[in-house]
Amino acid sequence: MPAVSMTVNGKAVTGDVEARTLLVQFLRENLRLTGTHVGCDTSQCGACVVHVNGKAAKSCTLLALTLEGADITTIEGLAEPNGPLHPMQEAFRQNHGLQCGYCTPGMIMSAIDIVRRKGNDLDEHTIREELEGNICRCTGYHNIVKSVAAGAKAMKGGPTRQAAE
Amino acid sequence: MSATGIGAAVRRKEDLRFITGKGQYTDDVIRPGETRAVFVRSPHARAKIKSIDVNEAKKMPGVVAVLTGAELANDKIGNLICGWMIHSKDGSPMKMAPHPALAATSVNHVGDAVAVVIAETKAQGRDAAEKVKVDYEPLPAVVDPGKAQGKGAPQIHEVAPNNTIYQWHLGDQKAVEAAFAQAKHVTRLDLINNRLVPNAIEPRAALAEYDSGTDQLTLWNTSQNPHVARLVIAAFVGMAPEHKLRVIAPDVGGGFGSKIFIYPEEVVCLWASRKVGRPVKWTAERSESFLTDAHGRDHVTHAELALDGNGKILALRAKTIANLGAYMSTFSSSVPTYLYGTLLSGQYDIPQIYCEVDAVYTNTVPVDAYRGAGRPEATFVVERLVEVAAREIGIEPAELRKRNFIKSFPHQTPVIMAYDAGDYNASLKKAMELADVKGIGKRKRESARNGKLRGIGYSTYIEACGIAPSQAVGSLGCGVGLWESAEVRVNPTGSVEVLTGTHAHGQGHETTFAQLVSERLGIPFENVSIVHGDTDKVQFGMGTYGSRSGAVGMSAIVKALDKIEAKAKKVAAHMLEAAEGDIEFKDGKFSVAGTDKTAAWGDVALNAYIAHKFAGQELEPGLKETSFYDPTNFTFPAGCHICEVEVDIETGNTEIVGWTAVDDFGTVINPMIVEGQVHGGIAQGVGQALLEGAVYDKDGQLVTGSLMDYTMPRAHNLPSFNVGLTETKSPSNPLGIKGCGEAGAIAAPAAVINAITDAIGSEQISMPATASAVWSALQRTPAARKAAE
Repeated sequence: MPAVSMTVNGKAVTGDVEARTLLVQFLRENLRLTGTHVGCDTSQCGACVVHVNGKAAKSCTLLALTLEGADITTIEGLAEPNGPLHPMQEAFRQNHGLQCGYCTPGMIMSAIDIVRRKGNDLDEHTIREELEGNICRCTGYHNIVKSVAAGAKAMKGGPTRQAAE
Repeated sequence: MSATGIGAAVRRKEDLRFITGKGQYTDDVIRPGETRAVFVRSPHARAKIKSIDVNEAKKMPGVVAVLTGAELANDKIGNLICGWMIHSKDGSPMKMAPHPALAATSVNHVGDAVAVVIAETKAQGRDAAEKVKVDYEPLPAVVDPGKAQGKGAPQIHEVAPNNTIYQWHLGDQKAVEAAFAQAKHVTRLDLINNRLVPNAIEPRAALAEYDSGTDQLTLWNTSQNPHVARLVIAAFVGMAPEHKLRVIAPDVGGGFGSKIFIYPEEVVCLWASRKVGRPVKWTAERSESFLTDAHGRDHVTHAELALDGNGKILALRAKTIANLGAYMSTFSSSVPTYLYGTLLSGQYDIPQIYCEVDAVYTNTVPVDAYRGAGRPEATFVVERLVEVAAREIGIEPAELRKRNFIKSFPHQTPVIMAYDAGDYNASLKKAMELADVKGIGKRKRESARNGKLRGIGYSTYIEACGIAPSQAVGSLGCGVGLWESAEVRVNPTGSVEVLTGTHAHGQGHETTFAQLVSERLGIPFENVSIVHGDTDKVQFGMGTYGSRSGAVGMSAIVKALDKIEAKAKKVAAHMLEAAEGDIEFKDGKFSVAGTDKTAAWGDVALNAYIAHKFAGQELEPGLKETSFYDPTNFTFPAGCHICEVEVDIETGNTEIVGWTAVDDFGTVINPMIVEGQVHGGIAQGVGQALLEGAVYDKDGQLVTGSLMDYTMPRAHNLPSFNVGLTETKSPSNPLGIKGCGEAGAIAAPAAVINAITDAIGSEQISMPATASAVWSALQRTPAARKAAE
């Protein structure tokens, strides 16, 4: 099996993978980073969103071998171990932006990417349109929208791992 | 109210692990040496299995075993069962067909499993599964529930002539006929309650491990009720004795009913793990979820409402065909009967009701409880009938509702239920104010100027929750009791663990249950842990569904806390050298009445364990109590949802522009969590009304078989919700809780359709009211177009 090397959450990692191995499988099965979830297998639900070279990507759609040298951030890498939470994580907690928690890592990773693209002052319409690629079955999105707006505001001034991305 | 007690919007304990990726869902659990199961599934809706050749598959790389239904039968693994007996009106029992976990002789829906490959990796398993050669003899299938009982329809199961599982009825048919004969007005509707796919975002999964040293099986499972899973798999499937099977339901990513049931895959994983001597894991792909998770709803109904000249409802009758799919799922029989017919009185004083339900087999995925389970179907019938009747008679829909509301309690309906408390006028009035119903005329005119049709729709729903009094459900055919258990363990340092038989998969029990304990014992919220989802830790429990965890599960905790307090007072009496009857307990402190002598909670807990201050022969050391709480009645959450829509005349697209929900859930433990439950329920109800629908073609292929074809509500399909509360406490449990988990899904579909039909001026619209469906309806109602032009 061919080997692939990349940086995941600031650490250099290498693994042997099949040509068909998806990034999400590499993260979950090789690296045992199980915070990134699989919800649909067809790039619809967004539970698997991670950051690839600083941009949101659905890790169920990327072949691990195509990511040689890439810089990946997963939900586990958003905050330093024992450090403060990323403002977007904190916003989801404060605004009850999650229930079962399964879609949450993807939601948070997408939300941070929305801020990167659209700035810190997000209106409700923009947030709802930009969440097109993430499905939540629990919350009805009401509190996710509030969380993203609050998290975006709180990210003014630079959150923890933005520089690394 | 303390900052973390009952009524406080406490932030959730469970969130930290979920927002940092540390949740432990079934697929995240990794066992040493684990293998992966990949199922071989039928591509046919109905076929005979002539032969299965696994030789080539067995030779594929990484394959550990390939197992078939014949081997399962050889090993005497029992069938899956439906645990609620329904009798037909002629007294005959329901016709339950055999449901093996792996089909051996025939398949009855697309996705029915016929074999399983156990392999080192999932990819290897998939490769090998493609090499399993199944020789099928395809047979004609029946898909449409309306045609299942027809002459010449293919007969799916020998035990069920005309594909009829039961012909059930409820109510006094003759009295209803007499009332209809007296009616000044009769409203008649044909309704389809569309078939839904639950689509919890975490796909179902099972991981089974066999320990040959102890002969112990362990199953990690995406379950809403692990003890019931253990009971059924032990006692009916016969996999292992109950005490040799441990079921763990760790973090579960949403259920909505679909994870109540006992499914073939977990049975097969358990069986296979013992056969291959290694852990076996299966995680559904989304396409498997579509083809195997129990679907919801799927009713075809004709309903009629009789009214007198003053708009007073005289009677209601409904005839429903309920599609239960290819096999009877675990609780499928109860959904279109005792969870449906019993709620046809809605919030109204209806003197006579008669309901007939024929449940049928079709060659489709089994249908069972999905959020609301029977009650959304009942609410849709009642609230559509009432709305249409109001329009036909020319009375304001809110006014017609008011005229017929039940106003005194308790109220015995003609369909079993005895409503114990409520104030339906209060929730309607508050909702109408919050929704600014007075301004609707002006808003309609504004919309019309923009080429849009605006409409408003009410749904004054009721549900029966707090499921359920065991004797009552037993008399109706339920195979289990529906009480709940709690064990409260006070540690020597005074911290507390509560073991509950309920299970949380998004509802936030770790937070709300801790709020109750914190308030009751006066100890910090942080000092309370809630333990659930493991049959080795929690002695027994019935799980979470039917909005029962607060009303039943928390009541059990209250009862256990009562015992804890009583015991702790005995310990405190010894410590304070006072009579037990003089000990008072308040805010975490024990005191002797009329003195300044006190003992702190932690000291009493420690003394209970060190047992230095009392004779252990007279008072048992320790501080741990258990309760099994059986409710005295169902609870009856009710409320009013008002939906406002704008319909685009050119495209037929419906936009929900306003949503007001005023619900009466009785006592609210955590308003933040309760509002979140309402939001989520509404979204599922809106999904049913506007977007979702499982579509089969005539041959039984599920056309909407992935999230690319089945439209799930996304953020831009929904508005923000305006949520309010009214409160009448439930007299049927110690906390006065009614339950909130299903309200939104129950209320919403009728509110949406009532709003759209108000907007377009035609009642001829069914769910899902897609843009295409609404546009077509508009073409049939030129008046609506003209009004807006």
